[in-house]
Amino acid sequence: MKTPVFVGIDIGSSRTKVAVIDADRRLLGHSVRKSGTNFSATASTCLGESLETAGARREEIVHAVSTGYGRTNVDFVAAKSKTEIGCLSRWGRDRFSEAITIIDIGGQDNKVIKLDGEGRRASFKMNRKCAAGTGAFLEEMSLRLDIPLEAMDALARESTEMVKLGSYCTVFSATEVLENIRHGKKVPDIVKGLFYSVIKRVLEMDSHDGQVVMTGGVVAHNPYIVEMAGEMAGRPVVLPEYPQLAGAIGAALYALDETDPIGVRNQISAGETHG
Amino acid sequence: MAEEKKTTRKKIQAADTMNKIMSDYFYELNDAATTGKRKVAWCTSVGPAELLQALGFAVHFPENHAAMLGATRMSTDLIPAANAIGYSPDICSYLTADIGAYLKGITPLAKAYPGIQSVPKPDVLVYNTNQCRDVQDWMAWYSKKLGVPAIGVTSPKNVNEVTDAHIDDVTRQIEALVPTLEGIAGVKLDMARLRETVNLSRECTELWKQVLETAKASPAPLTFFDGTIHMGPAVVLRGTQRAVDYYKVLLAELEQRIRDGVGAVDGETSRIYWEGMPVWGRLRQHSELFANLKSTVLASTYCSSWIFPSFDGNDPIRSMAKAYLELFIVRSDRYKEEYIKEMIGKFRIDGIIYHDAKTCPYNSNSRYGLPGRVEADTGVPSLVISGDLNDLRCISDEQTKTNVEAFIEQIAEGR
Repeated sequence: MKTPVFVGIDIGSSRTKVAVIDADRRLLGHSVRKSGTNFSATASTCLGESLETAGARREEIVHAVSTGYGRTNVDFVAAKSKTEIGCLSRWGRDRFSEAITIIDIGGQDNKVIKLDGEGRRASFKMNRKCAAGTGAFLEEMSLRLDIPLEAMDALARESTEMVKLGSYCTVFSATEVLENIRHGKKVPDIVKGLFYSVIKRVLEMDSHDGQVVMTGGVVAHNPYIVEMAGEMAGRPVVLPEYPQLAGAIGAALYALDETDPIGVRNQISAGETHG
Repeated sequence: MAEEKKTTRKKIQAADTMNKIMSDYFYELNDAATTGKRKVAWCTSVGPAELLQALGFAVHFPENHAAMLGATRMSTDLIPAANAIGYSPDICSYLTADIGAYLKGITPLAKAYPGIQSVPKPDVLVYNTNQCRDVQDWMAWYSKKLGVPAIGVTSPKNVNEVTDAHIDDVTRQIEALVPTLEGIAGVKLDMARLRETVNLSRECTELWKQVLETAKASPAPLTFFDGTIHMGPAVVLRGTQRAVDYYKVLLAELEQRIRDGVGAVDGETSRIYWEGMPVWGRLRQHSELFANLKSTVLASTYCSSWIFPSFDGNDPIRSMAKAYLELFIVRSDRYKEEYIKEMIGKFRIDGIIYHDAKTCPYNSNSRYGLPGRVEADTGVPSLVISGDLNDLRCISDEQTKTNVEAFIEQIAEGR
């Protein structure tokens, strides 16, 4: 049977994410890979993987929307592009019925997006031209400390006496980290300090209205950051299912929105008859 | 690919006439400096140009030259030369670009106007700090370097209501310039000529205002990006008949566009106000970015800064003082808020973009909460973009693009 599917492709500066949903907005399949240097090829690979996990075929794609830093580099499908701020907002509108603030920590950008009670974008802010508080900051520190990114969350949880880093600047922060190593500080305390620095930079970008939700690859792999953010903000912070896919799912939802529903119904019934 | 067909703003036919006028101006300036037929004064953009014109000076505007350095994308390579002699990368990039150009012996005039080899050597440097303190420091450097006097007006700042006391102060300062300028010019100030010059400035300003206000029409017949180019005569030739004649031609073309229902951007779907300086090295890129989104940036504080309703030939010096004091940049935040709210209503604005220019705090009104207050009062959304007028090292094009696209999406979805 032919199943109409809708695809969102989020080509970020660090990772490419693809989400496949059905006409009922259910996530059927997904894939995440490093974006690398050939965005189009990576997107194509991710699409193939996500269709496979969804149990769907290319010809079942009704519509696709691309987003992210490489949103115009998608050449395998006539996709319309949307900004990642738009796609995260679309995702938030679908998942929440109250006013929310989405805090997205991406590879090179942080975003704070406010949606009102009806899911309309009330405002948004991106970080200025600076890597402080982004995924790139943690990647840089992971290299400096020679600690795999995926090991950081567990290490931070072991901290007993967090080291505070003061600088706005990623490069100066690295110098501070080295200084703390010289002074014999423990690695878990330094890693927790790095997390604290990320959260602080992000929380201070804007005020936070309604329910606070965190998305992006950094929190997907480091849920301790969300717990710490909740403690620092003095309010619960939601870590949704598939936080790294929020933008890609939002893009897929746009793809569904932009599709003629009668056409989809006809396709479903055609599939049921001839599939 | 996911890119859609590109849209560009429509060319204004009067541009050819303007280019001729500007060309004549630069050649006359060069002729004055190279032959010594006329004395040359350098003047900051809202300095006492009328006085200088009336005394027969050929007037060069360093800010105009700096904007040319930005628009030609030469400035980013020149700024470091000024940084190297002690001028911080954080101060006015007009100043650093212009001084850098001088240090390197470079000018865009040489390429644009064959035969011109350098900026005209000044006989006097005249400033008004109504823009900022940087203009005074800028002229001070040339004064020392070239051995010519730098004189000017020190204006009050953060003026809420322009009072008689403010006007008295600036009037006295302008009057005090006269003996020195007469000495350099070698002529006595002819008050009849000054009155005529001020009246021509007034006429120029009224026509320029009418030009900008054609953007009240839907679709708007001109954009901010057109304005930044076509304000050239209002900046360098105010006080002359040529500027007046030019704006009559430009106005007629725009009024014809309105009658024909022709917009500067096809299919205008949103109307944007630009607060702050242009990014001179990105004018075309920004123009295309908005045009592709079917969005018209149709009004700005910047282009309106050459509207001086107070010029009055019957009381020339005092009216000059008043006009220079009424400039937006001199005013208090309270005044600025009210002004921007008035513009939102006048031009039926859907969104405001504030350009936070790294090296121009005086023209960056996004730093003390003003956008939030205006948004709270009007409900019109705003966006702050980080950039600079001339130093392209302060710009992230990708972040600007994402911010602007997301902002226009937000406006569209908010309807």
